[in-house]
Amino acid sequence: MIAAPKPDLVTVNIDGVDIAVPKGTNVIEAAKQLQKDVPHYCYHPKLTVAGNCRMCMVEMGMPAVDPATKAPVIDAATGKQKINWIPRPQIGCGTTVAPGMHIKTSSPMVKDAREGVMEFLLVNHPLDCPICDQAGECKLQEQATGYGRGYSRFIEEKNVKPKRTQLGPRVTLDDERCILCSRCVRFSKEIAKDDVLGFVDRGSYSTLTCHPGKKLENNYSLNTVDICPVGALTSTDFRFKMRVWFLKQTNTIDIESSVGVNAVIWSREGVIYRLTPRRNDEVNDTWMADSGRLLYKQVAAARRLSAVTLHGSASSLDTAISSAAELLKSGSIAVVGSGRASVEEQFLLKKLAGQLGVKASLVARTAQGDKLLISADRNPNVRGALVTGLISALPAAQLTQLAADIDDGKVKTVLTHGEDLAAAGLSAAQLAKVNIIYLGTHADATSAAAKVVLPTLHTFEKAGTFVNQQFRIQKFAAAVPGPQGTSNDLVVLAKLLAALGADATASDVHGLWSTLSASVPALATMLYKNIPETGLLLDSTPWAGLPFVEGESLKYKPAALAVA
Amino acid sequence: MPAPAQTRVIFKHIDEAGYTNDLGCYLRHGGYETLKKSVARPPADLIEEVKKSGLRGRGGAGFPCGVKWSLVDRKSGKPIYLIVNADESEPGTFKDRYIMHQDPHQLIEGTIISCFANNVKQAYIYIRGEMPEGARILEKAIAEARAANFVGPNILGTGYSCEIYVHRGAGAYICGEETGLIESLEGKRANPRIKPPYFPAVLGLYQCPTIVNNVETLCQVKHIADIGGEAYGKTGTPGNTGTRIFCVSGHVQRPGYYEFPAGTITMGQLLNEVCGGPLPGRTFKAVIPGGSSAKVLRFGERYKGKRKVGAEMVDYDWGVEDVPMDFDSLAMIGSMGGSGGVIVMDDSVNMVEALANINAFYQHESCGQCTPCREGSLWMKKISSRMVHGDARKEDAALLKSVADQIPGRTICAFGEACSWPTQSFLIKFKDEFEGYAEAKKSLPADRLALV
Repeated sequence: MIAAPKPDLVTVNIDGVDIAVPKGTNVIEAAKQLQKDVPHYCYHPKLTVAGNCRMCMVEMGMPAVDPATKAPVIDAATGKQKINWIPRPQIGCGTTVAPGMHIKTSSPMVKDAREGVMEFLLVNHPLDCPICDQAGECKLQEQATGYGRGYSRFIEEKNVKPKRTQLGPRVTLDDERCILCSRCVRFSKEIAKDDVLGFVDRGSYSTLTCHPGKKLENNYSLNTVDICPVGALTSTDFRFKMRVWFLKQTNTIDIESSVGVNAVIWSREGVIYRLTPRRNDEVNDTWMADSGRLLYKQVAAARRLSAVTLHGSASSLDTAISSAAELLKSGSIAVVGSGRASVEEQFLLKKLAGQLGVKASLVARTAQGDKLLISADRNPNVRGALVTGLISALPAAQLTQLAADIDDGKVKTVLTHGEDLAAAGLSAAQLAKVNIIYLGTHADATSAAAKVVLPTLHTFEKAGTFVNQQFRIQKFAAAVPGPQGTSNDLVVLAKLLAALGADATASDVHGLWSTLSASVPALATMLYKNIPETGLLLDSTPWAGLPFVEGESLKYKPAALAVA
Repeated sequence: MPAPAQTRVIFKHIDEAGYTNDLGCYLRHGGYETLKKSVARPPADLIEEVKKSGLRGRGGAGFPCGVKWSLVDRKSGKPIYLIVNADESEPGTFKDRYIMHQDPHQLIEGTIISCFANNVKQAYIYIRGEMPEGARILEKAIAEARAANFVGPNILGTGYSCEIYVHRGAGAYICGEETGLIESLEGKRANPRIKPPYFPAVLGLYQCPTIVNNVETLCQVKHIADIGGEAYGKTGTPGNTGTRIFCVSGHVQRPGYYEFPAGTITMGQLLNEVCGGPLPGRTFKAVIPGGSSAKVLRFGERYKGKRKVGAEMVDYDWGVEDVPMDFDSLAMIGSMGGSGGVIVMDDSVNMVEALANINAFYQHESCGQCTPCREGSLWMKKISSRMVHGDARKEDAALLKSVADQIPGRTICAFGEACSWPTQSFLIKFKDEFEGYAEAKKSLPADRLALV
């Protein structure tokens, strides 16, 4: 293995402890490495430094040198080099480490400065925490416990500003709560490349707003809500729905494209309330598209399948499984897998196809990528199908071969895992001509035509892994249980395998992984539980020659471009 | 000791009968001769002359001009810009306006000499939005100078080219802060930049090295180029060379602008002799020596300490009248020379009301970018306005002081100091008046209670 080149390190002293950090690190990040919290509002690790909230002030000093000789000045009392402390506090976000720099993060001067800022931030803040959505995850609340006065000296009238401005279709702004940190302005300009936000008026009357004739309506607008340190920018969808401290957080992966944005599902008592991004510096930094966040609505959609049906009437799962097995044993089979299924499901489906002696096909979903966090491949896990060997070539959008085979009478039974065959190009006549076994979550033309319908789980209801465009395997966990009548895809597939006479196989993710790592070369030596939350890069060389559709995006360069 | 005579160098022709602001008049008075001499010299020589002169910036901070020029990044390969800071907005200051209105070519000559010295190909005069007349005069003067080949391509046949553009601000005090000015010139909101990393000398206008100099400073450069740095340094006192213009306003018999060798005149001489003393029947109460953001001085207080005279440390014991009007002496007694705007208040002034006016100004001019200044300036304004218009409480004095103390040294730019120093100093020096204001107000006539 080639060792990574050592970054240029700079040694600084923070609260008496020496630490070496990469050159260019700022004081907030350096202190973080020592578990020292430097409170801040405007600073965001993925945005440019604005330095305007003044909360992150620290005391800073540099080793003293004689101006003439440049020789270190030694303090007689300690025998060490004297430190020239700057008499006024410096901002941690805008201060880059320098060799020998000394920092105090909690001296009386620092505390005094932060308490002053904290009081100032609150004088014109409405303090409407009891009705504010940010309560519980509000930086003002957090820092007020550490630096707040506990009572107000402000007896004047507070500023009045607009309370519910619709900045766009998904974001509502309460200007009175805004502390003018400009994170949202910088995000729109620097990351979303949609410079629509700005301040009007001046001084404490400064007001965040959209530029005239513009709206905050890009597909990344909800990130401004995430990074808003206070309750000024709120999600119109989530607003007034639920207190955040009641919500359970479950790690998941965005299912809208092969980028594999890391996300968190916020749920309570089996109901999902929102999705937010989860930081992964190798994949999505701290961002996520709005479109991916709203996909949780699929979970409780009206056309959700929740009853096992056999020839259109309700059935028990086991009866339906044996009927499906009968159909499959009768020959002339086609298996359609999905790029939306997990690696584990694809692995079992491959076993099933192998048991039946057929090769599975997949349905491609492609559209224009947005060069940021939605790629051209709108399936989250096509690479998983390659890794597990479910497919060996990239899929097409239309199942033309299958259509021809049906027309020719070569195929009489189709098992499809979550794919709507009508959407993949099969006509109603073709659907009517074959026996369809449908494992899926939502009602569609295929489920309507299917002989056997086996309702399964949405991604947010089950655990598994996806392999993203970088060949990074990332895991997701079950946030909520599926509706009554649904079964885990793995259970259904394992039962089908058993009914077809195959060797018994585990039907849970952890159990399955021992087989998976033993039989899939790319996953050898790995276990589900050992995959870090930020994922693991797989060796992609076996598939290097494939014409993947993805273009460049935030953290991904297509192979050909990477060489250039 | 009688006051020294005025030495008018920069203001030589201001208010002179028959002197007009056109090129012909300027040339008749020896105009652009210094430019002709200067472009024949190596630019480095001119920088050296400015360093030797000890010239300190006349915009307010008094930063040595030669040092400022030497900090400019000349190795980056990027163009160097020069910006003339003509955003004269500090209340009590009105010197640059007269230069631009009555002697614009002096500024243009000084600007081109400074540009030549620093290899600047493009200069901007950023003039305050409230001075449309000044902008028109400058535009005309630049056109005349261009026609006469003092500005523009191939100046005086030397092969050196330099353009000057006039840019009008949109009416904000903060545009006088050099990085706020640069933002504004770039077409953005004038939010001052954080330093580090955005020092104008390295990352200024369009992220290029930039020199920002005050109008008067550049006029001084013209005289340095004319007579040489050493000769220039002989005017004034060591560390405070050249002449200083004082803009005296308020309760004196003869307010106006006066130019003296720096450091040679005391506050008492300036107010009593030059300006004719207080109005009949009144006595001086307080004076702000360097624009409204400078800390106020109270007549009757004494300043004691040691100061350096030559190589020796000597004791001083001054009243307000004894303080020499130079950067260092005023800094020593806890105020500043600033922009030279001397605001005089006599015993008819109520200090609470005076501060309420000052606070209203600074609150209105805070850009709102960083927290302490944004919230602090408005809070102070709300308190002092309430004291004047509504209910004053005894504890407001301590509260005002405490709010002001939370601002300076914690902001992006010097506006934090500018908005808090008046309150801090008023509250230290006139604490009794603030604490007793609730009582004092009862005897005031109703028309005294409206802020201007």
